[in-house]
Amino acid sequence: MFTPVMFASILPEILILALGMILLIVEPFWKENQRRNAGWLTAGGLFVIIIVSLLFGQPGEPTAVLGGMIRFDWLGFFFKILFMFAAVATALLLMDHEKAGGRGEAYLLLLASLLGMNLMAVSADLVMLYLSIETASIPLYILAGFLLADDRSTEAGFKYLLFGTLVSTVMLYGFSLIFGFAGTTNIYKLAEMLATGNLSALLAFSVLALILVGLGFKIAIVPFQFWAPDVYEGSPTPVAGFLSTASKAAGFAVIVRLFFVAFPDFAPLWTVILAALSAITMTVGNLLAISQTNVKRLLAYSSIAHAGYALIGVVAFSQLGAASVVFYLAAYIVTNLLAFGVVMAFSRVTGLEELKDYAGMSRRNPWLALLMLAAFLSLTGMPPFGGFVAKIFVFAAGVQAGYVWLVIVGILNSIIGVFYYLNAMKYVYLYRMPNEDEEKHPIPLTRPYAIALAVLVLGVILIGTVFAPWFSWSDAAALNLF
Amino acid sequence: MNFPILSIITFLPFVAAVVMLMIPADRKTEVRGVALATAAIDLLLSGWLYLQYLLGGMTGYQFIETYNWLPALGISLKFGVDGMSAPLVLLTGIVMFTGVLISWGDYDEKHHVSAGIQDRPREFFAFLFLLAGGVFGVFVSLDLFMLFFFYEIAVFPMYLLIAIWGWIKTREYAAMKLTLYLFIGSVVSLAGVLVMYWTQYQNTGVLSFDMLQMESAGFSSTFQYIWFLPVFLGFAVLGGIWPFHNWSPDGHVAAPTAVSMFHAGVLMKLGAFAALRVGVMLLPEGAKQWSWLIMALASIAVVYGAYIAFVQPDLKYMIGFSSVSHMGLVMLGISTLNQTGLTGAGVQMFSHGVMTALFFAITGMIYDRSHTRQIPELGGMGKIMPFAMIGFIIGGLVSMGMPGFSGFIAEFPIFMGVWGRQWLVAVFASISIIITAAYIMINIRKVFFSPLPENLQGHVGDITVLDKVAIVALCFFMIVIGLFPSVMVPMVETGVENIMRLLGGA
Repeated sequence: MFTPVMFASILPEILILALGMILLIVEPFWKENQRRNAGWLTAGGLFVIIIVSLLFGQPGEPTAVLGGMIRFDWLGFFFKILFMFAAVATALLLMDHEKAGGRGEAYLLLLASLLGMNLMAVSADLVMLYLSIETASIPLYILAGFLLADDRSTEAGFKYLLFGTLVSTVMLYGFSLIFGFAGTTNIYKLAEMLATGNLSALLAFSVLALILVGLGFKIAIVPFQFWAPDVYEGSPTPVAGFLSTASKAAGFAVIVRLFFVAFPDFAPLWTVILAALSAITMTVGNLLAISQTNVKRLLAYSSIAHAGYALIGVVAFSQLGAASVVFYLAAYIVTNLLAFGVVMAFSRVTGLEELKDYAGMSRRNPWLALLMLAAFLSLTGMPPFGGFVAKIFVFAAGVQAGYVWLVIVGILNSIIGVFYYLNAMKYVYLYRMPNEDEEKHPIPLTRPYAIALAVLVLGVILIGTVFAPWFSWSDAAALNLF
Repeated sequence: MNFPILSIITFLPFVAAVVMLMIPADRKTEVRGVALATAAIDLLLSGWLYLQYLLGGMTGYQFIETYNWLPALGISLKFGVDGMSAPLVLLTGIVMFTGVLISWGDYDEKHHVSAGIQDRPREFFAFLFLLAGGVFGVFVSLDLFMLFFFYEIAVFPMYLLIAIWGWIKTREYAAMKLTLYLFIGSVVSLAGVLVMYWTQYQNTGVLSFDMLQMESAGFSSTFQYIWFLPVFLGFAVLGGIWPFHNWSPDGHVAAPTAVSMFHAGVLMKLGAFAALRVGVMLLPEGAKQWSWLIMALASIAVVYGAYIAFVQPDLKYMIGFSSVSHMGLVMLGISTLNQTGLTGAGVQMFSHGVMTALFFAITGMIYDRSHTRQIPELGGMGKIMPFAMIGFIIGGLVSMGMPGFSGFIAEFPIFMGVWGRQWLVAVFASISIIITAAYIMINIRKVFFSPLPENLQGHVGDITVLDKVAIVALCFFMIVIGLFPSVMVPMVETGVENIMRLLGGA
């Protein structure tokens, strides 16, 4: 039986697939110097898809569709919009990448990965979930190693691939154990099946641990964070941005759905595990970020720390907690894309990525410096940028759930954050180039960058000031979990 | 719908900051023009607000504006002023206006003086106005979430302002130290505020950050006992409370003149004000139980700050530590928890804000021209810049607490209030009056009346017209309040009555 709601539930995915097809057909006919236009096509196409999905693809009451493989609800829908938004920004940022921008494959891989992420957000079945995780990951392995001439990129691709396949098999083992205990792979039936299955605490712990290995890798929390700095540093910068935002958020989408829906009975167990991981992740990420001299590595450690903050909301295991996670990820995606966008715009002109190379940047392009300031202050958690409100919501959820100690750890960590983010801004605003001749070295922005960065910075400020609509959407999404 | 004057006062600086950033970087005059116009409008509006409150019966919170911001969590944009905050709004307007005036940055060809801000004035004024907007926001917010929002906005531009335009020798160190201190303080308070928010929800079932609502949240004595100190001290860090005052003199010294004025004149009030609003008013039981500690810390700050100021050879450090001493008096007034003391604290916040802004302005003028702040290397400024001298002397008289100036109106009730609580503390703290008089007079003699050192001869010129306007504006308020206390004291008293009501008349 095929019903309109089935169509609506995967409308964005169908359109993304179609967009990929169009790209495949059109791109070979373009001349070498026109191939860059694939970026316009991808970004524009995705933008249209976002609009169309918002108009025609909105979910109503949560329903299981396509044989229970997919859950059509606000949680998934909100995440899908976020991923597509991130992909638009990434496509725009890719366009003027020297090596990758002019190659249609890059955009096609981006779309393929996006397709997988979208499905991750809505999967209601372990089989579907695993397939979509792989669909999202494999294109990213290739994208990370896209710059064949660059050893660092090749290393990044390989490292990501090896780590990724290893943890995904571990996770698959966890899934198979669950199937063995519960006799079903449907996430929404797991809870009651597990409740009657008399699963011992030790077994439950091992299953959860196996699954956490895979998902922890996706969201880059300690102790599965080792790949992140190397991969971010080596990959093309826009890809690193996409990895640190959309890919991480997709992992969170799965964690929230799986843990809240399938394992509520084991909540006392996994909240403790996640609370510990959250505290360790924040602390390790922030402490290691202090000594970084490369901007991309700095952002990598910062993104590890941010996964730790977001986990506080998961630990809270409440509606406010889930809403705050979703809100946090929305703010974080926009902010971090902005940060990587600035890094990309800077390195496109200069080819440099070390912090010290940013000396005098505010005189070379004051606007770019302001954008970087906005991004870094938002990451610090300063108003009027998105990061501040997001952090307060997560902390509020933590306090509500009685995790005052975890919130205090989070607060101490944001103080460390202040130090290294502001320290980075010191190079931009305070220091000067060796010959103090910044006027001779401007940093022009091409049109795709100007558009992408302007949209992103507006987003950062809007989320941080007019936060009511974003919060009510996050809240609507969270409501679907209870 | 009334005229939303508080929103306009608060958001105008933000709008102006964005407008200034839109202006091309080389159009420095236009940038300064926009800055001055905005500051003037804000000063006029806050002055009008003050007069309206003064003449309009002075009862409770007025000019209230409420916009539901996030009803789901009880966050609203709620503005309003009472007798405590109206003077502080005016103070911010004054400091903002005079700060722009003395940062104008004319280049004096004759004496090669580059006073004010020459380097990237566009960014300077934009960041300064972000700071100003945040400060206004804190003074007028009646919603705890929004208070925090603006509080943080007021903190972070300080880093950039000091690190970029500050004194080259210490700016990186001082800026980072200041930011970390303030941020640590504010997040400690944040933890307390979140706990208060949820406890209120448990007690009353109301999910709201509204401070007027929270006054009746029914926090238990134990709860207040535990959480008063984190909340109060977290904010009081910004108020320069001993032993967490260390960031303040370093920050003053490293900051460019206008930022020093803002920092000492307004930002430190922000800390004291928020500590009073959130700490004392929402956790009155806790305040009663801990007032002895606050009083002890404050009295140490008063005497210690004055003593360090006395031995400082650097003019700016001297004023920085005198600020610690005077802010200690504010804290001392708050810790009395009685009508007299609190009124004194309220007036002292205003009086000290204007006075210290004046001091820093004049110090900046002297430094820009003589390139030294070392008191032993200075001299003879009285002949060269008589106008600055008069201003400095008036400021000094205020600082010493001479009758006829605002300082007396503020300090006398504080000591009265302290005497009512514990006369020993009053005696101890009054040592500071003698020390203050000593260092002020010694420095006036040395800097203005001793002969001009040879190496400064011929290099140092008079201050500009804009500088003079700023000095006149600042002196005006100190003298008016000194001569006519009735323009401010009754207003502050109405604010204090509200606090006394919450304290249960203790």
